[in-house]
Amino acid sequence: MSALLEIQSLNKGFGGIKASDDLSLSVEAGEVHAIIGPNGAGKTTLLSQLSGGQKPDIGRILFKGRDLVPLPAHARAHLGIARSFQITSLIMDMSVLDNVALAVQARQGHSFRFLRAARQDASLREGAMGLLRRVGLEAKAQLPTRALSHGEHRHMEIAIALAGQAELLLLDEPMAGLGGEESAHMVTLLRQIKSRHTILLVEHDMDAVFQLADRISVLVYGHVIATGTPDEIRANAAVQHAYLGEE
Amino acid sequence: MTRMTWITLTVMALLAVLPPVFFWTGNAFYLDLATRLTILAIAAVSLNLILGYGGLVSFGHAACLGLGAYAVGIPAHHWLYGGMDALATTNGFVQIGLAVAITALFALVTGAVCLRTRGVYFIMITMAFAQMVYYLIVSIEEYGGDDGLVIDTRSELPGFNLDDPLQLFALAYVSLVVVMLVVRTIVNSRFGMVLQGAKGNEERMVTLGFNVYLYRLVAYVISGAICGYAGALLGNFTTFISPEMMDWARSGELMFMVILGGAATTLGPVLGSAAFIVLEEFLGRLTIYWHLPFGLMLIGVVLFVRGGLMGLLRGGKE
Ligand SMILES: Nc1ncnc2c1ncn2[C@@H]1O[C@H](COP(=O)(O)OP(=O)(O)OP(=O)(O)O)[C@@H](O)[C@H]1O
Ligand SMILES: [Mg+2]
Repeated sequence: MSALLEIQSLNKGFGGIKASDDLSLSVEAGEVHAIIGPNGAGKTTLLSQLSGGQKPDIGRILFKGRDLVPLPAHARAHLGIARSFQITSLIMDMSVLDNVALAVQARQGHSFRFLRAARQDASLREGAMGLLRRVGLEAKAQLPTRALSHGEHRHMEIAIALAGQAELLLLDEPMAGLGGEESAHMVTLLRQIKSRHTILLVEHDMDAVFQLADRISVLVYGHVIATGTPDEIRANAAVQHAYLGEE
Repeated sequence: MTRMTWITLTVMALLAVLPPVFFWTGNAFYLDLATRLTILAIAAVSLNLILGYGGLVSFGHAACLGLGAYAVGIPAHHWLYGGMDALATTNGFVQIGLAVAITALFALVTGAVCLRTRGVYFIMITMAFAQMVYYLIVSIEEYGGDDGLVIDTRSELPGFNLDDPLQLFALAYVSLVVVMLVVRTIVNSRFGMVLQGAKGNEERMVTLGFNVYLYRLVAYVISGAICGYAGALLGNFTTFISPEMMDWARSGELMFMVILGGAATTLGPVLGSAAFIVLEEFLGRLTIYWHLPFGLMLIGVVLFVRGGLMGLLRGGKE
């Protein structure tokens, strides 16, 4: 099987709500696979089950043939999975550089190192500065994270997701709340990184999705109702009805 | 050097010089006060590692202080009155070693449980473990139970005579400086960055691949062990120890010191301990109800001065 990620019959309920309902999906190595679907369809819940923040009630998640479900979240990162969050999840009282340096640090093995000052560590510093350069935040490196704008926070999320050089990136609405110019910048950035990573992209911005995705899956009430190329999805009547038509 | 570095060095220099001067000019009482302050400061610095930098609101830290003191008192007791020959000793290395080992173990076992909980549950369960130790000691008649235990002979260390108040102060002071440097080094290391990152955003750190639980547990053990060391010094200083030392109110006082002085700063816990000692001493003279004005002042500082006394010194700037 050439699929990098194989999601099999995932089920996850919150009380009466089925956030994942017999959800199956496969992501091929190298593709940008977009997940679209109405609010509350269970997109974020899906990513959380992949990254380990939430456990499915039943179902399997095979990453390179290995079931992720029994693994804690921190172990999944080491297998090569990185995630960005829909609601920006940064360490607000640390500097921008420290945030990204921690992500670089995470990739360099365990951190039970007590003596050398981390901020003086060239490998962390340069690694982090390189990433900030890629997302255009080099000049803001020394600022406290809380001082940056929402758009800049979204770009930090990407820098942090990239730091692990993970094979699979799970990106949860990277465009959320971005203005026109910022969105364009983000699309350019995602275009640049797509050659090096497999990306599972949750996104509401349809223009961005159709520009970036190789394949699209449509999630409605926790269930994948269609998967196909952007053209196929555009033409799909059920999708029109369930989702695109509403817009 | 930054302004904060200057302030830190100045305060530490004053703390080194003033107490001996008081002693030599016939005010031995102030040396005693300074020794107590210094020992409590070590405990506060250790608490700051998990509370200030780790964001772990442990309400049981005084248990480590008490256990450390009993690790001096119990061997000394047996040395004088017989029984438990394997334990009977006045050797300071053994007693201090015991204090550090026992508190590290205590922190490891309790931390392994506590750190699986969050928020109020964490506070409650750390407090519960400390109270368990409290009642354990109370229940042991041999060591005085409720009434406490008099330490008739202080720890014996080569080159140090701890019966000499000046030497005891010197040991406490040097220990404080070393502990401050150790904690500062840890905090700035990769380990320390993980600890601080987890305080700021646990979900993010876990998603990055950090086993936050394990990092916190290690910090918890280091912190407990340092506090156990402070307890061994405290036992030598007071020469009277009782379960009351581990009461949750004592843990609360240690937290006050850290927060009042300025959490997550190098000097903060020392300033907090100094403020605590001064207030306890002078408010305590004015009224036996000194806890009330003290509490009000603390609330005032916490509410209105971000970053405690260190925040004030910094002039509100980050
Ligand atoms: N922790 C939770 N507890 C209870 N219900 C939850 C929880 N998380 C999500 N839900 C519910 O599960 C459903 C799916 O939520 P989810 O956040 O995954 O949707 P989404 O597709 O990401 O939506 P959006 O487009 O708004 O981000 C929603 O009905 C939501 O209310
Ligand atoms: Mg969502």
